[in-house]
Amino acid sequence: MSGLLASIVDGILVGSVYGMAAMGLTLIWGVMDVINLSHGALIVGGMFALYLIAAALGLSAYAILPSAVVIGFGAGVVLYWLAVHRMIGRAPLMSLLSTFAANLVLIGIGTALWGTVLFNVPVSLPGLRLGGYTFPGTHLMAAALTGFVAVVLYLFMQHTRPGKAIRAVAGNRVAAELVGIPTRRVLASAFGLGAALACVSGALIATMFPFTVLSGDAYQLKSFVVTVLGGLGNPAGALLGGVALGLLEGLVTPFMPVSWTSVIEFVLFIIVLVAFPRGLFNFVFRRS
Amino acid sequence: MTRWVRIAAAALTAAGTALGAAASAQAADTITVGFTVSQTGALNVDSLAQLRGFEMWRDDVNAAGGIKVGNKHYTVKFVSYDDQSQGARVQQLYTRLIVQDKAEFLFSPYSSGLAATAAVISEQYGKLMLTVGAAEAKTYELGNKYLFQVYTPADKYLTGALEGLKQKKADATIALVYSDDPFSKAVAGATREQAKAMGLKIVLDESYPPDQTDFSAIINKIISAKPDALLGGGHYPDGATLARQLHDQNAGIKWVTLLVAPDSAKFASLGDAADGISVPSQWAPEVTYKPNFGPTPEEFAKRFQAKFNTPSDYHSAGGYAAGLIFQRAIEQAGSIVPAKVAAALDKMDVTTMFGRCKFSTDPKSHGLQLAHEMVLTQWQKKDGQLVKPVIWPRSAATAPILYPIP
Amino acid sequence: MAALDILRRPFFWVIVTATAAFAIVPVTTGDVELREGLVLAAIYIVLASNLNLMIGYAGYVNFGSIVFFGLGGYIGVYLISSLHWHPLAASVAAGVVVSALAMLLGLGILRLRGPYFALATIGVNEAVQAFVSNFTPWGGASGIYISIDSFRSLGGPGPALWVIYFILVAIMGVSLLLAYGIKISKFGLGLLAIGQNEDAAAVLGVPTPLYKAAIYGISAFLPAMAGCFYFFKSAFIQPVDAFDLGLSVEAIVMIMLGGQGTVSGVALGAFFYEELRGWLLTSESFAHFQLVVSGALLLLIVTFAPSGLMGWIHRRWPATRRLLE
Repeated sequence: MSGLLASIVDGILVGSVYGMAAMGLTLIWGVMDVINLSHGALIVGGMFALYLIAAALGLSAYAILPSAVVIGFGAGVVLYWLAVHRMIGRAPLMSLLSTFAANLVLIGIGTALWGTVLFNVPVSLPGLRLGGYTFPGTHLMAAALTGFVAVVLYLFMQHTRPGKAIRAVAGNRVAAELVGIPTRRVLASAFGLGAALACVSGALIATMFPFTVLSGDAYQLKSFVVTVLGGLGNPAGALLGGVALGLLEGLVTPFMPVSWTSVIEFVLFIIVLVAFPRGLFNFVFRRS
Repeated sequence: MTRWVRIAAAALTAAGTALGAAASAQAADTITVGFTVSQTGALNVDSLAQLRGFEMWRDDVNAAGGIKVGNKHYTVKFVSYDDQSQGARVQQLYTRLIVQDKAEFLFSPYSSGLAATAAVISEQYGKLMLTVGAAEAKTYELGNKYLFQVYTPADKYLTGALEGLKQKKADATIALVYSDDPFSKAVAGATREQAKAMGLKIVLDESYPPDQTDFSAIINKIISAKPDALLGGGHYPDGATLARQLHDQNAGIKWVTLLVAPDSAKFASLGDAADGISVPSQWAPEVTYKPNFGPTPEEFAKRFQAKFNTPSDYHSAGGYAAGLIFQRAIEQAGSIVPAKVAAALDKMDVTTMFGRCKFSTDPKSHGLQLAHEMVLTQWQKKDGQLVKPVIWPRSAATAPILYPIP
Repeated sequence: MAALDILRRPFFWVIVTATAAFAIVPVTTGDVELREGLVLAAIYIVLASNLNLMIGYAGYVNFGSIVFFGLGGYIGVYLISSLHWHPLAASVAAGVVVSALAMLLGLGILRLRGPYFALATIGVNEAVQAFVSNFTPWGGASGIYISIDSFRSLGGPGPALWVIYFILVAIMGVSLLLAYGIKISKFGLGLLAIGQNEDAAAVLGVPTPLYKAAIYGISAFLPAMAGCFYFFKSAFIQPVDAFDLGLSVEAIVMIMLGGQGTVSGVALGAFFYEELRGWLLTSESFAHFQLVVSGALLLLIVTFAPSGLMGWIHRRWPATRRLLE
């Protein structure tokens, strides 16, 4: 097993989780044209939810994940009504600012409660050893769960009534209202769904890496990059974008100092934004 | 609009005057020491430990009647603010400490970067500042008159680790992986030179962003380079994470010395991942220094534990020592005039529970700490529990060196 | 004469008076701590009013405007500490270089609309920060320390801090005058048209790509100069401080607080916001809650008073429209 291959595989594993984080962001964006700047806070929320519940109930981390979904959904709906509801249809700057304000408040409360100390959720899962390299069990499990969630999400969006309602509202809000879909409630649940995805991805990240209240920012930035790669409003694209980003990181790191990866990521980000506004994958697969 | 502006201005002025009045109404015969603490932000864990050291010194001094200057006794009073681990407010806060709170002496913020920013203000006003928690040597090469460093400068940090390693395996190869912050970079730079001088080959030399949490890529690179030893790290968060992930990925390195992180008692919570990891430390509770004045290391550690219900570490010891050195200088100078106290510090060569202390008087490096040394401690399993004895220098060691590590 | 017309407008004199007050008050009271607080206020005003050119006039939300400040700081500090330039020359050089870079960059990213542009500006800031963190001649992630000797060209650290203060106040004054001057010019009219409806403006003959790139470049110049002086004063610059995205967003909050598109509103918003933050930081009960307070404030403004303080004032006292634009 060569170092390069190990790097690539691990990159893909972790990248898929970034993809799931981005799925939440891109869903909200696609459905209601709102860039959720409290996305990072929701990810951190998932991390803390995992930590606190694991500490309180002593359950295995993976058993707690479903509760992260519920908490995320609830938080999302509340956030929607407080910060987003009135901004729908107004200038995009307004929703950017209101979600950012929500982010400030949440992170502020977080730092007041937990400071900026590092938290760790001890998860021991045997890794996969190949050659001299080990793929941590947590990475493998996280990637597997991400795949599972992605499939569930797809089934939900394609084959259930609420899922179809969300897609209808995303497609044409006025038309959806005309046919009797309760758009406000649908928007709230779509936001809740996006938040739930963010929360679960946060919880999964917490099983792999330690975190602080301030960790959300970095993952939010990564979600932006992934979302742009995958195309706005396209959850499948987001997952692929995450994998692609992970792949890129894996390819690049053996050859240059690790600190250069962010430079490459952000330059790529700008180039893709300018040259492929509909996302790399939309461009490649010619979807509208 | 003007009405609101006037009301706001009046309110602000009233608040300002009230604060000013309160400050000048302090009891006569007090010495005010000002500083900022990183109560929030990335540096808060270490900064708060240092603060406890300061506070214990202040309480000890005041309980004993205060600092003796001639035949007067001065009680020590602290004024401090939160710098949020960021440089942006440091200058404003230090100006406030000097001008509004009338601090006669200053301690630095925690960390080299913040200390450097504060130094501009302290030098401007000619106020003496003892830097604690700041190991960067460059700050003292910039031409200061009233700056004094309590910590061992960064270049000497890993010297002990290199010497210990050389003793165990004369042709060891080293991976140097460190956090990209001023302190760690300074240590890495010095280590690079010293390793070369000792004939130890460096097979990987890389830095990572200080807030990195995913080390899997770097660790894969380390595994590919097949080093005997890993030296580096940065501060607590990244060091602890690196240690944990090295263990998860079965990196199997025979010798690991990380900066700062393994020194904290919290590091033991990593369990098996902590076993064998060594750390250079400004101080450890087991050291056997014989102080010229003040408590012995053992007394200090015991009292600190009793007072704060948490073990002492080098941050708190450094804070306490800063107070002691300060007190000594004032007593020797017989005055609280900054220039006279500075002269006393220039002449000082003493040993406290923290170790020996002597400052450089060469204008090109004024205030640099010359005499203080680092000790190397290592986490080892004793009867199933993790403990951290001193393993280097051998003269001060309390346990054998564990090599290769589990 | 059109150029001197501005002297007849009352608001011009309001700006001049306010700037003079900033300069004179700390001198007469000898209050150094006030000066330190006003320095930060002046910088915030510079950042906010130049950002307003993009947001309030042209309608393009620049989320990463701090990159001009940080890059200007780095170029300036590097010129001063390594090449021993005089601080004034260094800051002008920094301003020119950053502006030119901004114009070039603008030609590329200003093709994007709305939130895409906002995201791109974040990307630019992060890319520059990541690059500088790796760039060894500029100290990488550890940054550059400035020796106390460098202050000698301005008379030593004590006098230097005063001189820098006056220069920063001057830059603040120029920013406000620039913002006002543009607003009442034909260029400004074109920008406001772009802000209202870009396509209609283009159809009506406004050279939109040129105007947009121009204002993007112009909005970079003064913040870059201010950055040079701010970091010179701090004697230390590192990427994490220089490219702090949070400060960018705070600049946006200040604009919203005061009233986007207005010159006085943005200045007031910046001033009050800085005072509020400074107070929260040193107040016993609120030190941990500054973020929460800032966030709550922003949420309230955006939800209930999107046209900010000035909007409210203009509505309540229409007479102030001419006096305080």
